[in-house]
Amino acid sequence: MTLLSALLRRTALGVATLFVVSVLIFVGTSILPGDVANIILGQMATPESLAALRTKLGLDEPAHIRYLIWLSDLLSGDLGFSKAGAGTGTVGTPISEMLMPRLINTIRLGGAVAIVAVPFAVTIGLLAAMYPGTRLDRFVTFTTLGLISVPEFLVATLLVLVIAVQLGWLPATAYISGQETGLKLVRALAMPALTLVIVASSQIMRMTRATVLNVMNSPYIEMAILKGVPRRRIILRHALLNAIGPIANVIALNLAYLVSGVVVVETIFAYPGLAKLMIDAVQTRDLPLVQACAMIFCATYIVLIFIADMVSILSNPRLRHPK
Amino acid sequence: MPPLLEVDRLVIDARTESGATTPIVKDVSFGIDRGEVVALIGESGSGKTTIALSALGYTKPGLEFTSGEVRLEGRDVITMPPGEIRDLRGQRVAYLAQSAAATFNPALTIGEQVTESPLLHGQMNREEAERRAEELYRALELPDPDRLGRRYPHQVSGGQLQRLMAAMALCGKPDLLILDEPTTALDVTTQIEVLKAFKAVIRQEGAAALYVTHDLSVVAQIADRIVVLYAGDVLEHGNADQVINRPSHEYTRRLMAAVRPPPAAGQGDDALEEHLRDHPALAVRDVSAGYGRLMDGSVAVTVLRDVTISVQRGHTMGIIGESGCGKSTLARVMSGLLPASEGAILLDGQQLQPDLRRRDRDQLRRVQFVFQMADVALNPRQRFGGILGRPLGFYFGWRGRERRQRVAELLEMVELPTEFADRYPEELSGGQKQRVNLARALAASPEVLLCDEVISALDTIVGANVIELLKRLRQRSGVSFVFISHDLSTVASFADEIVVLYAGRVVEQGPTDRVLSPPYHPYTRLLIASVPELRIGWLEETMESRVAQAGIDRVVRMTEIGCSFFDRCPLAIEGVCNRETPPVRHLSGGHAIECHRSEAEFIEGIQAA
Repeated sequence: MTLLSALLRRTALGVATLFVVSVLIFVGTSILPGDVANIILGQMATPESLAALRTKLGLDEPAHIRYLIWLSDLLSGDLGFSKAGAGTGTVGTPISEMLMPRLINTIRLGGAVAIVAVPFAVTIGLLAAMYPGTRLDRFVTFTTLGLISVPEFLVATLLVLVIAVQLGWLPATAYISGQETGLKLVRALAMPALTLVIVASSQIMRMTRATVLNVMNSPYIEMAILKGVPRRRIILRHALLNAIGPIANVIALNLAYLVSGVVVVETIFAYPGLAKLMIDAVQTRDLPLVQACAMIFCATYIVLIFIADMVSILSNPRLRHPK
Repeated sequence: MPPLLEVDRLVIDARTESGATTPIVKDVSFGIDRGEVVALIGESGSGKTTIALSALGYTKPGLEFTSGEVRLEGRDVITMPPGEIRDLRGQRVAYLAQSAAATFNPALTIGEQVTESPLLHGQMNREEAERRAEELYRALELPDPDRLGRRYPHQVSGGQLQRLMAAMALCGKPDLLILDEPTTALDVTTQIEVLKAFKAVIRQEGAAALYVTHDLSVVAQIADRIVVLYAGDVLEHGNADQVINRPSHEYTRRLMAAVRPPPAAGQGDDALEEHLRDHPALAVRDVSAGYGRLMDGSVAVTVLRDVTISVQRGHTMGIIGESGCGKSTLARVMSGLLPASEGAILLDGQQLQPDLRRRDRDQLRRVQFVFQMADVALNPRQRFGGILGRPLGFYFGWRGRERRQRVAELLEMVELPTEFADRYPEELSGGQKQRVNLARALAASPEVLLCDEVISALDTIVGANVIELLKRLRQRSGVSFVFISHDLSTVASFADEIVVLYAGRVVEQGPTDRVLSPPYHPYTRLLIASVPELRIGWLEETMESRVAQAGIDRVVRMTEIGCSFFDRCPLAIEGVCNRETPPVRHLSGGHAIECHRSEAEFIEGIQAA
């Protein structure tokens, strides 16, 4: 299998996965009890007015027709209109308008976290692997295990308590209107970003340490020691190259989590991100908005895992240069 | 002048988790002069690798230097500071490990790894190091020396990688080479090529070497002096000729006795003729098989082609050939683990389903498999009572006291104490585990036992004991054996009939005596000629012969047309052998050879070579 065919295969698989997910999302949102007509008309609805509204909204078409319409709209970039209004939108606001500012906020927060957490976590993980059994290593192992076990709302609450309430350095909420720039933006992002850095780094650190240590037990590492290669070079050149695959995967999973799984952190800091928008949309049964959010989350996972797979293939000469 | 390396009253202990220590090396002393090759021989657990590594100031995790010195030109390496010891490693003392495949980093190019040590130690600049590496590739007769450095380890063959490891060790022009069983994992044909290259290069470079092995025949080819170790003690120490030809210690004599004589006619056990009238215990008819099943039922990579053999009841069928010839695949096809894509498998005259999952329980019971690696085949979390009890419950529905009774019988059968039923695999030695592995297969009371390289991972003496056990079991139980090994001597001493596989085809088969005496197939001839003899000077004589020159150090390659052995065959006929499928020549006594040459030409060809 050459590199190009591997790339094409993965791309095709990614598209196929996305398609399957779109069906699941559509079916999933369809079997929820009640629909938008119920929500809009509320308890006062008569069967006649419900039927009339459903016809108007196109809800009386058979499910597969509605799916195909939705899918073709989605592919042409038309995400439809909000049917209930959530977040800053109202009934009839185009969904893309509601998504855009939230998406930008999410990318800002996720990007800020990634820029800090990934190099930090990989470095600390490598250091721990370089000196196993030392005080540094035991501290890292113990702390990361603790932080992974603690729910993130507790981490967030503790940070608020110490940094915002006791020390008063940063605001306890991170509300963003969209106009902030420079230092103001950094201040707004600081608290949620710090929480997420702590949560995401722990996993990356542990995985880096475990993978590199595992590689350190290989005979070729012993050989490098017996060739007189210094420890630094053994880790960075001999071990790390063989550990990149699993590390890239755990980084990808954590970054995807920063896009889709951070609803608790967004809620605590009142940060207007994408995950919170989706929860709001579920509460108001704004199904087109739920569907759009779900598709974005899924696509994020697929793209990030695809990149991680490509990185592992590129770091492995067996796959890069077949016999 | 003092010797280059002096090991002086060295003691190395193993420390367990509870803090207790057990000695691994007990008060060992010997020396190595410049330009000299000293062999350390002994079984596994004799401490030979531990002693060898001490010359690099290194111990495996869990071991520690307790007392004594290891002096390189008068300086003790054990107490050297870390910076100095790093400079010593790779530059003055270099290490060659047993498995090159595991020793090369898969993610780095060969060139980077070969030149790494001299570059790091500042001995040479990049250009000099690369030139030096290329010279070594040439000296070691590696193909394509000017581009080899840019390739990755997975892109070259096992034998080439083994020689590349020698290049890696020699690149920094070390004074002392430590060779740790560097040919043990190789096929016989590859082994002599690698040995020859090592020997030539050691002589050319004027380096001294410490050669660790358990194989005396190999030692006879390469060593000037021999140190015999047992359980961390030196039992005997002298020059090669004296230790090999006039061993003074009882243990050395036992080691010599366990060396299996080179294969020759007249070693096979006589078969019991009365069974021959029945159906064969297991017959394979025109079987083809391979990996990667395609839509139409054929396979992507064919490994076996048109194989027809029959295993007579109570007989042992030995299967030989180099790695990659399809030996293990044949056993997997017989057991149904790998369904044959064509052909039939008959158990006592009855056709079996090709796929294991579609055979009934009784058919499964009658054909049992013994795997090469007992370590991997036995569940480390189960006691032996459980491991042996499971087939008893599965095939016979035995429970409780009856089952325990039978487990004890099985342990007795493989000559282990019955208390072992309560032990876990990790508590036993390699040879003992292999016995349990055998008992597990015997628990099913099989009619055919497929043994895949069952003694290849064992030391000479331990392996010889397992073979003796197999012989006794065969006599007592009347089970038929299919015995796969790349070790011709073992097969010769144990099998009634031999099948020689090359590139997935049976090139020769017949009774052991016939296969091992002329006329033989040129490939059989090559295999026999490659088995090292316990005789100084054997290596040089063999390398002179035409058979060896034509056939050694080539990879097994399956060709679509003609005879696959064509490019390694000293008797090949251009235009015939590479064009037409060779005919099967049936000679007397059930002996068959697949070759274009006639019986008379085989004899002539052998005399010419």
